[in-house]
Amino acid sequence: MTSELHEYDKDPQPKGIHAAELSAIMLSSEQVLASTRKLHAGAEGSKVSPSGAPERLPFCRVTEEDLAFFRKILPGRTIVDPDLVEPSNVDWLKSVRGSSEVLLRPQTTEEVSQILSYCNSRNLAVNPQGGNTGLVGGSVPVYDEIILSTSLMNKILNFDSISGVLTCQAGCVLENLSFYLEERDYIMPLDLGAKGSCQIGGNVATNAGGLRLLRYGSLHGTVLGLELVLADGQVLDCLSTLRKDNTGYDLKQLFIGSEGTLGVITAVSILCPRKPKSVNVVFLGCETFEQLLKTFQLCKGMLGEILSAFEFLDSECMRLLNTHLKLPNPISDCPFYIVIETSGSDPTHDAQKLHNFLEEAMTSSLVSDGTVATEEAKIKALWSLRERVTEALTHDGFTYKYDISLPVERIYQLVTDMRKHLGNQAKSVVGYGHVGDGNLHLNVTSPSKDPALLAAIEPFVYEWTASCRGSISAEHGLGLKKRNYIYYSKQSQAVALMGNIKAMLDPKGILNPYKTLPDNLKQ
Amino acid sequence: MSGRVLVGVKRVIDYAVKIRVKPDNTGVVTDGVKHSMNPFCEIAVEEAVKLKEKKLIKEVVAVSCGPQQSQETIRTALAMGADRGIHVDVSGKDYENLGPLQVSKILAALAKQEDAQLILLGKQAIDDDCNQTGQMTAALLDWPQGTFASEVSLEGDKINLVREIDGGLEHIKINTPAVITADLRLNTPRYATLPNIMKAKKKKIATVKPADLGVDLTSRLEVLKVEEPPQRQAGMKVETVEDLVVKLKEAGRV
Repeated sequence: MTSELHEYDKDPQPKGIHAAELSAIMLSSEQVLASTRKLHAGAEGSKVSPSGAPERLPFCRVTEEDLAFFRKILPGRTIVDPDLVEPSNVDWLKSVRGSSEVLLRPQTTEEVSQILSYCNSRNLAVNPQGGNTGLVGGSVPVYDEIILSTSLMNKILNFDSISGVLTCQAGCVLENLSFYLEERDYIMPLDLGAKGSCQIGGNVATNAGGLRLLRYGSLHGTVLGLELVLADGQVLDCLSTLRKDNTGYDLKQLFIGSEGTLGVITAVSILCPRKPKSVNVVFLGCETFEQLLKTFQLCKGMLGEILSAFEFLDSECMRLLNTHLKLPNPISDCPFYIVIETSGSDPTHDAQKLHNFLEEAMTSSLVSDGTVATEEAKIKALWSLRERVTEALTHDGFTYKYDISLPVERIYQLVTDMRKHLGNQAKSVVGYGHVGDGNLHLNVTSPSKDPALLAAIEPFVYEWTASCRGSISAEHGLGLKKRNYIYYSKQSQAVALMGNIKAMLDPKGILNPYKTLPDNLKQ
Repeated sequence: MSGRVLVGVKRVIDYAVKIRVKPDNTGVVTDGVKHSMNPFCEIAVEEAVKLKEKKLIKEVVAVSCGPQQSQETIRTALAMGADRGIHVDVSGKDYENLGPLQVSKILAALAKQEDAQLILLGKQAIDDDCNQTGQMTAALLDWPQGTFASEVSLEGDKINLVREIDGGLEHIKINTPAVITADLRLNTPRYATLPNIMKAKKKKIATVKPADLGVDLTSRLEVLKVEEPPQRQAGMKVETVEDLVVKLKEAGRV
């Protein structure tokens, strides 16, 4: 299979190849299509190591001697009991399973350094793991990689209440950081449905997006510093708390979003915004997607600086929420629903702006129905209609998840086209997501794993995305499942340079192997 | 029969807010703290609006006793479907001392003034947990009372009521006019939808003073002290059974 993927890479490609041309090249190769299908038949399925994954690279296997070493530096925190290791071998979606036999739980950066130094010298593969909430199979082993969990590295190191800079270890759970900050009148700059389990190190390693990106920007902007351990055990201290520092290359940017393949993040310093004094959540219903987009424009114009989130879900999502989670629709049935959040420092000012916006939206018939919440309990209830769609989908059957960036006006067209394309093959086809960021979550469910359905979805969805120069993974990352699709959104020269950087920082390739970078890149 | 229902709505600290006791232990911090309608009052409003939608009653009047901000609470009731509001203006020391006895005197006076057929209240407020206003109001008016209602149905000039009591459910039939207090399972309050929120801004809220109603607000109660409950001690996690035994011995438990 690997050799087949090599074939198209050897094809002479003109510089700056157009996405459509790339698709044509890939489409024209029957072998590539076949290997794509085979990749999926294995990767999303079975109870044993994914057969669709690449063959095991020649890492060493863990010996009793290795375990003795680990037990010396991590007494009581070297787990080999299969029952205790098992949850860390399976991802949240229960779609991929590894066969690791060792789970290590360091508490300090020094311990991580000792572990990696040892593993590097012994040629043992390592799978860094945070909250294990990733959706692309990047957080669990593929074979017997040693799982390096940051769960016990959960100390908050410092919080500066004047600058709002929080410094903490990588294993801090996002929701716990939020609680800590809220008591001090601040909030985290990111928020996502997995907040109760995901850890900040993992968030940074995957450049998590979430519900507040529209307002506070991405982690590339809010992370001020990182402390990392490199593959050979070297500790790289870039844990600055400075807002501005133009002294040399900004190394931390390379590691943000590197998915554990370039280094293990052990500490993070992040710039946090003040807790807003006034939060309002509005739930609106629109008849057409065009009206939804016009509402977005109106929103940006009239709510402007107080807008903190603009999310959407379609009527299919609402049906799943009603059916599987018994969450009632707060307004009348509409084809599209919007969740808008405003955050500001003055309740009266915000209420007035919101009132003006809502009046305009209703009188110009952009919006057919809606409701407003100012109380925390109601705000949580309205947000749960957007945040729990992922959960509702897990009850509908086996879910094929796609996280796509597209030009905003094209977002729903993909959903409509997919529905037409799949016809009766799929059980449900739903669209929802961060429409304000141009990010669609397209999900297709089926009563059980269905290779024929998968073959109909892929590469159709990736080709459609590439034809708009979109991203085949807006925020979920590549992990195991999407690593070989990188070429739909990145040119081969760029990917080749990524491979060079990986080779430089991790010559033995022990950090999170089989993930993120495509198989056809020679190490 | 006037077909008019009075619904009492109380402005309380939002139930999701973490309560802080004032440093001088005279009460809890309310300045700058998020307030909202008492959840049981919301259920009462919902029931009243439902009765109106079924055309069993003609008018829903929302009443709140308190300072200027109480009008926001009345607006919420109007957005849910109440027809008009009455704000009984009580502020300062009088508001601090306002309790079930004073409020029930006010409601009784208003019921007579408005010729109300039914008074719907929440069973209790989540700030004081008194669970007294409904009962006192009924006593002052010498009306029947249906408290902890989980089901209400009107049958002519009588009301069939199901009450949630410790032993189970009690079915009673009472005459009108009556006082009903709403329990949790009576209904699920609706979200106020945008068209209704817009309409609510035009509905009328009349302001009256307790003196106008001939009500004496003197309290028979004096708050001596307000303090936090004892802090919950953190638990401890141990790695092995041996550690557990050591810790138990240290704590003198074994």
